[in-house]
Amino acid sequence: MRNRLNRLAIHATLIAFAAFYLVPLLVVLLNSVRSTEDINHAGVIGLPHGFVWSNFSDTWSHYCIAQHCSGIQPYFWNSLQMVVPATILSTALGALNGYSLSLWRFRGDGWVFGIVTLGVFLPEQMRLVPWVIVLRDLNLFNTISGLVLVHVIQGISFTTLFCRNYYVSIPPDLLKAARIDGAGFFRIFWRIVLPLSPPILIVTVIWQFTGIWNEYLYGVTFSAGEHQPITAALIALSARLTDAPQYGEQSAAVLMAAAPTLLVYLFGGRYFVRGLAAGAVK
Amino acid sequence: MSWRDRWDRILPQLVIWPPLLISCTYVLAFSAWTVFVSFTRSTLLPEYSWAGWRNYTAMLASRNWHIAYTNLFIYSGCFVVLTMGIGLLLAVLIDQRIRGENIYRTIFLYPLAVSFVVTGTVWGWLLNPSLGVQKLMHDLGWTSFKFEWLIDRDMAIYTIVIAGVWQASGFAMALLLAGLRSVDSDLYKAAQIDGSGALRTYRRVIFPTIGPIFIAVMVMLLQFAIKTYDLVVALTAGGPGLASTLPTVVVYDFMFQRGELARGSAAAVMLLGSLAFVLVPYGIYRRWKRRSYA
Repeated sequence: MRNRLNRLAIHATLIAFAAFYLVPLLVVLLNSVRSTEDINHAGVIGLPHGFVWSNFSDTWSHYCIAQHCSGIQPYFWNSLQMVVPATILSTALGALNGYSLSLWRFRGDGWVFGIVTLGVFLPEQMRLVPWVIVLRDLNLFNTISGLVLVHVIQGISFTTLFCRNYYVSIPPDLLKAARIDGAGFFRIFWRIVLPLSPPILIVTVIWQFTGIWNEYLYGVTFSAGEHQPITAALIALSARLTDAPQYGEQSAAVLMAAAPTLLVYLFGGRYFVRGLAAGAVK
Repeated sequence: MSWRDRWDRILPQLVIWPPLLISCTYVLAFSAWTVFVSFTRSTLLPEYSWAGWRNYTAMLASRNWHIAYTNLFIYSGCFVVLTMGIGLLLAVLIDQRIRGENIYRTIFLYPLAVSFVVTGTVWGWLLNPSLGVQKLMHDLGWTSFKFEWLIDRDMAIYTIVIAGVWQASGFAMALLLAGLRSVDSDLYKAAQIDGSGALRTYRRVIFPTIGPIFIAVMVMLLQFAIKTYDLVVALTAGGPGLASTLPTVVVYDFMFQRGELARGSAAAVMLLGSLAFVLVPYGIYRRWKRRSYA
């Protein structure tokens, strides 16, 4: 009896917390199909009176953000064009770095690893102005390629940390044997290290994708107007002071901005959690 | 040595070094540049004439910096305590071999996949007195209900605590749960045989063994709190007035809105100093621990 009461209390507490975590998501989901008049009248917490599906099409292609009335669509594509190459490149370079730092050791590798991972902890603010100068000099300021470059270089620190910590657990005897057989740097990478890598590569890709898609400070500092990623557009959209906020459309926009990373989380949750552990308690 | 052998030896070096060198240069040179600029007279554009500590003393004396650091103390204190508390509670409850564990975990952790911009925007609506919780309570008939932190100068910083805790407590839960699960099950059994109750077992046996993870999570959260930027921009934009500003916001404001590059850089360096204040002792503690185990 007492045990059953305990179980009940545990579930009640967990459900209460689950509600706390779910409310914002539910509010956005419901509001994305409510009319702005309805929300203004009844508040953001409420059930829809009829479904206003046009919120989505309006937000996607007509809504005005900072005088550009082309909806959130261009910014969504900007983010996608930024996140895909940046994720792939930073992961590939991280795997290579991780491999050379953990298995192909050289003198001073510990120092190099230390400096590279320092990049994970340094605040972004320390590097903003140098980036502005570098991007200007390379003629990449206010371009998607510029943002890709920033995210790749910045990302190498994370991906190297992830991959190196994974690769140190590969038994060195495996490599010694391969070396005796005459395999070189690249052959060992292709034949031995890469086939063992899928778990860490999936984790790294998921984390890089989520991090880069969600990033705001670089986006808003290194790009303007139509070249901004979706996070910056979202801020510009809710900061429109000229007319009354359109909560229905804004909710649809928030949902579309959050959807890609939420989907990645739902389908790759296992790897997402593994990344947490790999990154934090190694 | 043949050409081929020599090539085989050089090629790996050519592949290994460029990404590592770029990365190291980036970390060291970019930081060094910002440190250097913080000692110059730069305003709108970088300018390389020496100004000594002037920018630092000016920042330390400025009202913005004072408010920002007071806020950072309030925010990081509340944020870390609440996040750790909720994370630990949820981890312990989930650890009781309950049904539906995966569903709970998925729900508690999903905020981490969402951007701060989204979190800030949505909590901005929920905490907006004329739209969110207060409005709901009024409509339900509780007309004296008041929840106006978002527009209250003294309370605005706590709205950032709420949103931050919402986003990060699942993260603390996941890591602490992993820690609890890694405790040797013999320890549980031994404690149970001794006849200690569940609470006592946790307090005496399990919490001490997950101590290192507890500290690691706390340091991560502190780091997280010091770096918080997007969340404030999306939720309160530092307002009302300057009431909920944080050091990161001040840095950006000086660098890019006021055209005070040198002062903004000095602020960024002090931000780095605060991070080092948290991370360096932790690094020493880790090293000391590793050595005392070895």
